[in-house]
Amino acid sequence: MKKFFLLLAFATIFMAQANAQKYGTRKGTITFDSDTNMEKIHAVNNTVSAVIDAKSKKLQFAVLIKGFQFKKALMQEHFNENYMESSKFPKATFKGEIVDGDVNFVQIGSYDAKVKGKLTIHGVTKDVTVPVKIEMSKAGAHSTATFKVVLADYGIKIPSLVKNKIAKEVTIKVDATLPMLLKRNK
Amino acid sequence: MQKDRLFLPTFLVFLFTLGLVAQPTTEDDLLAALGDEEPTILVDASFKTNRVINLHSLENTAPGVMDFKISHRFGFVDQGVYDLFGLDNASMRLGFEFGLTDRLAAGFGRASYQKTYDGFIKYKLFRQKTGEKAFPLTVAYISTVAIKTIKPPTDKPKPYFSSNMNYTHQLLIGRKFSDKFSFEVAPILVHRNIVPTAAIDNDIILIALAGRMKLTKWVSVNAEYIPIVAGNIDPQYKNSLSLGFDIETGGHVFQLHFTNSTSMSDHSIFTETVGDWAKGGIHFGFNVSRVFTLWDKRS
Repeated sequence: MKKFFLLLAFATIFMAQANAQKYGTRKGTITFDSDTNMEKIHAVNNTVSAVIDAKSKKLQFAVLIKGFQFKKALMQEHFNENYMESSKFPKATFKGEIVDGDVNFVQIGSYDAKVKGKLTIHGVTKDVTVPVKIEMSKAGAHSTATFKVVLADYGIKIPSLVKNKIAKEVTIKVDATLPMLLKRNK
Repeated sequence: MQKDRLFLPTFLVFLFTLGLVAQPTTEDDLLAALGDEEPTILVDASFKTNRVINLHSLENTAPGVMDFKISHRFGFVDQGVYDLFGLDNASMRLGFEFGLTDRLAAGFGRASYQKTYDGFIKYKLFRQKTGEKAFPLTVAYISTVAIKTIKPPTDKPKPYFSSNMNYTHQLLIGRKFSDKFSFEVAPILVHRNIVPTAAIDNDIILIALAGRMKLTKWVSVNAEYIPIVAGNIDPQYKNSLSLGFDIETGGHVFQLHFTNSTSMSDHSIFTETVGDWAKGGIHFGFNVSRVFTLWDKRS
């Protein structure tokens, strides 16, 4: 019986340890910028979920579309209701892995790398490769990336009436500090 | 024997612990390592604007926003071609409405019908939410006051200032049932300081029913019916019934509708509607709503 308890204890510790190679947060930031001569649109989301697995070099991001905050309430409503259809497609996600660049997760320093994976926005999934910067510090893995998204690629339709107010290509900036996950949050 | 009896519960505890800990290690869903926390999200855009047609909707003017409204009700369509189905005459209202916080809104307006000035405050007591702290309904309290400034006939004595005051208290209860369909019910109390005869009650109770159905992303069809359920009222007055469309174009919302109510001030929509749908006592009308962002709601 003693052996059995010992085994149980070991198994539990071992399983908990398996998480120690992961970095994750729920408080990452994604900003969205559409810039035309007629109108500049800027939105921020501070509730981005992200996890990087240092061992497998895999990473995932997820963001609730309704969490994007705009300066103008009407823009936010149109963004959700008419363009992103956020009740139908509540989340945008990225699932991919670090493919280029030697990120050393146990060494403090700044690393340039590339991530390749599947970006899902508005229910449409595309393969993308994005350059990222990962800065390792005591706070964790600080990851930043900037890339462009062509709205039409993701089936987001802009009516002709507002065509010159919304950019065909918008800039997405990701900025998240991922502390090491020692154990489950719950 | 002792061992055997302990074995099963211990084994179950082990399995449970294993399940609990092993779950986030699945390769496919890395985000599970964060735990499955479900955020609470407010349900928004139950209606395109803060009015269904005449009635207040479940939506408030957003904080930091001013909503400027121009509303017209043309003459009764039964006047025929001579009046171009009522287009020669119009009752109108100008309104300014402000979102003060995410729950509190206030506004004022001036309507040509009996030269009425009106003001209101609206407070959301409960808001429909999904997620961890889900709540199924939006409940809002609205209080309005209106003063008629039209001059009485010269042979009548000048009324007291207070005689022209009218009040309403409204409790909106509603829900966005789906992306397309929203519905609200509102018990309403109207108080008139002066009524023409002793047989007519100062206080009238109504129950409003209103809904909207989205046809496309930019167009919805709206309807509202506001029957009087208690209180004696002059039999010439009818229940208000309106049917219309909301058309959204960027910063504007155009509401086009048919209604038997001439006024656009709450108490007289509820208790002074004279049009009879069955006899062509219908106005064609519109509300144009234009929003201006006065301050950044995030600050």
